[in-house]
Parts: sequence; structure tokens; C-alpha cells
Amino acid sequence: MTSPANLKYIRDHDWACFESDGTAILGVTDFAQESLGDVVFVELREVGEAVTQFQPFGEIESVKAVSELVSPVSGTVIERNDEVFAKPELVNQAPYEEGWLIKVKVSDTTDVSKLMSAGDYDTFIEPDFS
Amino acid sequence: MDRSVPGRIGTTLPPLDVPIQTLPSPELLRNELEMPEVSESELVRYFSQISQFNFSIDHNFYPLGSCTMKYNPKLNDEMAGFPGMSEIHPHQPEGTVQGALQLMYELQRILAEITGMAMTGLAPMAGAEGELAGMLMTRAYHLDRGEPGRTKVLIPDSAHGTNPASASMAGFEVVEIPSDSNGNTDIEALKFAVGNDLAGLMLTQPSTLGLFDTNITEVVQIIRNAGGILYGDGANLNALLGRVKPGELGFDVIHSNLHKTFTQPHGGGGPGAGAVMVGKRLVPYLPTPVVEKIEEPNGVARYILGKPEKTIGRMGGFHGNFGALVRAYSYIRTLGDQGIAQVSEDAVINANYIMSQLKDVYELPYERTCMHEVVLSARKLKRDYGVSALDVCKRLIDYGIHPPTMYFPLVVEDALMIEPTETESVETLDHFIDVMKKIAVEAKCNPDLLHEAPHNAPNSRLDEVAAVRRPDLRWKRSSANIQ
Repeated sequence: MTSPANLKYIRDHDWACFESDGTAILGVTDFAQESLGDVVFVELREVGEAVTQFQPFGEIESVKAVSELVSPVSGTVIERNDEVFAKPELVNQAPYEEGWLIKVKVSDTTDVSKLMSAGDYDTFIEPDFS
Repeated sequence: MDRSVPGRIGTTLPPLDVPIQTLPSPELLRNELEMPEVSESELVRYFSQISQFNFSIDHNFYPLGSCTMKYNPKLNDEMAGFPGMSEIHPHQPEGTVQGALQLMYELQRILAEITGMAMTGLAPMAGAEGELAGMLMTRAYHLDRGEPGRTKVLIPDSAHGTNPASASMAGFEVVEIPSDSNGNTDIEALKFAVGNDLAGLMLTQPSTLGLFDTNITEVVQIIRNAGGILYGDGANLNALLGRVKPGELGFDVIHSNLHKTFTQPHGGGGPGAGAVMVGKRLVPYLPTPVVEKIEEPNGVARYILGKPEKTIGRMGGFHGNFGALVRAYSYIRTLGDQGIAQVSEDAVINANYIMSQLKDVYELPYERTCMHEVVLSARKLKRDYGVSALDVCKRLIDYGIHPPTMYFPLVVEDALMIEPTETESVETLDHFIDVMKKIAVEAKCNPDLLHEAPHNAPNSRLDEVAAVRRPDLRWKRSSANIQ
């Protein structure tokens, strides 16, 4: 599978889509939703709360495990995808579209150079079968 | 309970032979009570039938990793059922329950001896409560020494999942430490994480990978030098019994899930017992009560419930799950010194036997001798045939075997965590190995057979999402009407 080229990625399998107005939309990758299995609950930071790059911005629970959602950017939450609370399956069905999680006003403390391109991320998740 | 019929009554009440009383607040009474209406025989049949859907260690092999589902000798139940054990009350005067208190006192001493510690507290009623007690003692210790700035607890990523929750509940900040390529605690990462704010480290030894952390001496040294407390998660104590004493390794506190290591039927979620054993510096902080022995001048011993000097307080009502303590005591005394050491030997040999037979069929993430449990990965089956760890587990049910723990520890993809325990024979292990090999062949030849398993169980593949999101936990008249 190939990850969308217009997004940036981190090792914790979260993505960020940078918009031209200085905001970014965050979500989890297709690899993440596939590994997690059916998502049953999503918990997200409130609008107005701060998020820090490489720190948690919420939790995601699947039938297998509870995991932290890790933010690729620093900034302030300006919008949440309230639909995923009622329909967490959106994260499984469309992790890059309807399954997005939060929108952040990105602060300049964000170090974009630490984020992976789609190509780097695809190499990163490639299984190392012996 | 879909057999409810309006108006059916299961019991006959005798005529009223006492004066009618007026209740102080009659509005508290409900006119309607939502109860299924069934006869006694229907009720008995209902419960008997659902009890047959149940699976327990008394039915068959139950290799649920990390849970130590070992056979529970019936003798232990018999001991716990004696009237002197089962028909006493926590409020009875101490003088009338001296036997029970003596048993607790001796169990405290035995557990301290087994773990190489100074003293035992029996109050915690589950493993996680033992962890919480350990973390509260850690906090009390640092505060007592005037070091409130020690707020960080380090936890390796191969620790039990409850560890971070316990540390967090006790008010600490949790920092995760990665494992190195051998599955040990990463020493460099550990060195980097310790500082003046270190409260302690919670280490599961052996880890949830079923591996003995061979970096332990170095880990102890680093934490000690930084002024931290070493907490041992003793959930896997089964692997160390009579071989290694955590106290001698340098741990300050360790809990033991008595219901796992020292037998107790615990598949249904309880009752547990999470005794905490502590080294000298934590003794004053033990949860209350602890049993103390007083030698009278006439040479007679008297047992009392004592309160440690700077106790963190109570972990719950009274003094722990007494029935669980009786069973643990009975198990240990039945085995004796030699038997206790044989527990860990047989448990470790059994797990390694399974590993040796299955490592070429499933994938072994860490090529090392394991302890009492082995973690395999179903990753290759998933890649090659689209068969997941879950599918393998569901198929095991068809063969009458309880599935192992799956998808845990998280550091192993599609993990299958198998713990045979010492109470299984080589024939049982061979049967399990044959079944696991058969399932690997089925995955190749007929993957749909696995995707749709179980086929022979009372319930087929369950909708796990609906079970989590819309749990149906009790009978409601409205739901009965739908059926």
C-alpha cells in the first residue's frame, strides 16, 4: 500500500495534512487502523487545548488495545471531528478522509524537519521478514 | 432469559403472619420490578445450561499467557471451606480467630522468605492493587525523606499493562523505557531517563515477553544510584519460585498475584490477592493491617492485627481476601521447599518445550531461552495467507483448547503469548503442539475455515465491536419483548 503523498507522517503512525492557512488536520494512518483492528472509542483533546509535537493528543481504543494518539505538530486544537465519537468505524473505513481526528492551529515551535514523507513512512512500515 | 412468561411465579410466599408496617419513605418502593417471570425448574435449567458454555482449567488446557491458569488443587478449596476459615467474621474479637491470624502471620513470613524480602502486607486484593500499594509506599517514602520532587516512574515497554495505570493513580508521571533488540531493558535509554526527579522503576521480571531481563544487575545499580525505588511486578513469579529471590536482586518491593502463582480459581475475574513484600526501607509504610506475633511471658504466642508505623493506610475493608490467603498457604505448605522449586523448573521446561516445537511453524521474535511463557508471532500467517492471531485463537476453540493471550505484549506484532504452567503433562503439551501445527496447515490450505472459526462452540464468531460499544449486561423486559 502507498500512503498519500500530500501528508506528513511520524513513527507513531499518525499523519498531518498542512493547509495553506497555517492549520493542520491530524489523523491515524491506514497501517495504524489496520494494525489496531476495529476501533471502538476515540478520545480527543478539547477545542482550545494545546497539543505538543510528539506528545499525546488523545486516545484510541480498538478491540485489541488502547493506544495514544501522538501529535505530529505543536499548536492549539481549533476543531474536532465529532462524528468519530458516534462512528469510530470511520477511522477504519477512511483514515485519511472522513476518519480525520482534529484540526490544529500550528505554532512555530513545530519542527517540520522531524516529520517523514510518504515514501519514508512506507519504507518505515515495510515488514522486515527474515 | 428469553423464557419469561407474564404472570409465571417461581415461588410461593407464606401467608403474612406479622403486623403490616408503614415504611418511613414509601415513595422508595417501586410498583414494578423488572424481573423475568419463570418457574424454579426453568431457572435452574437456564443456569445449568449456561454453566455448560463455560470453560475452565478443570475442563481442558488453558495456556493464557500472563494469567498463569494452573490447575487448582481441590485440597485448597477444602481447607478454605473449613468452618474455622469460612464462617468467621472480620469483626470477631481477635481472641476468637487466633488460628486464622496465625495462618496469615505464617503466610506473611513464607512469602517474605520466597521473595527475599523483610516483610509482607496481605491487604491488597488484586495484583493491580498490590502495584498501587507499592507505588503509594514509594511516594510516602520520598515525601518522608523530604523529596517531593521525585515524581517520575520509569516503566519498560515490556511491563504489564497495569503498571502505568498504578503509577499514574499514585500521582506519578510515567516515562516509558524501550526494550533493546534482545528484549531486555535498554540500558542507554534508562541512563538517559534517570535524574533528580526519579521516584522509581517498575520492572516485570521475567517480562511479558517471557524473558528474564539479563540486564537486571545494571538496571538495579542505575536506579539505586539515582535514589529510586525498585518495584518488581511479581505477576510472573511462577518462573522464579525457589530459584531467584527478587529481594536479593535488589528490588525494594514486589507484589505477588497469589491467585496466579499459588493457585486460586480466578478465571471469572476474582477473587484475587495481591500481597506486597517489601525490603527494609519500605517496611514502615506497609498497608494496614499486618499480623503481628506477641510472645506472652507464659510462652504462649498471641496474634494481633497491627498497624505499621507510617502506614499508607487501608487498601480496602478489613484485611484482604482471606479465602485466597488460605488457598495460597495450603498450596505452599503442600509443596514444601523442594516442591516450590520444582514449580518454576517444570513451568520453564514446559514453555521451552512448546517453543522448541513451534518456533519453526510460527515466528519467534526473540531467539532466546524463555521463562514460564513463550511469545510467538502469527505475522507470517497474516502476510502469506491473511490469517491473523485472532483467527488462530478462534480455531483453537474448535479443538477444545482455550486460546492463548493475543496481541500482547504490544511490542510483538500479532503476538501469541503461551503459558502452559507446571501442572500440564507432556501428553497435553504434545496435543497442543499438534493442534497448533494443524492450524498452521489449515491457514495455508483453507484460510476461510479459520476466518469463520469457531465452528463447534455454542457461539460462533462474535461481533466484538458491538460487544464493546453496546454491551448487553442484564435482562430487560423491553429486550425480552423483542425476542
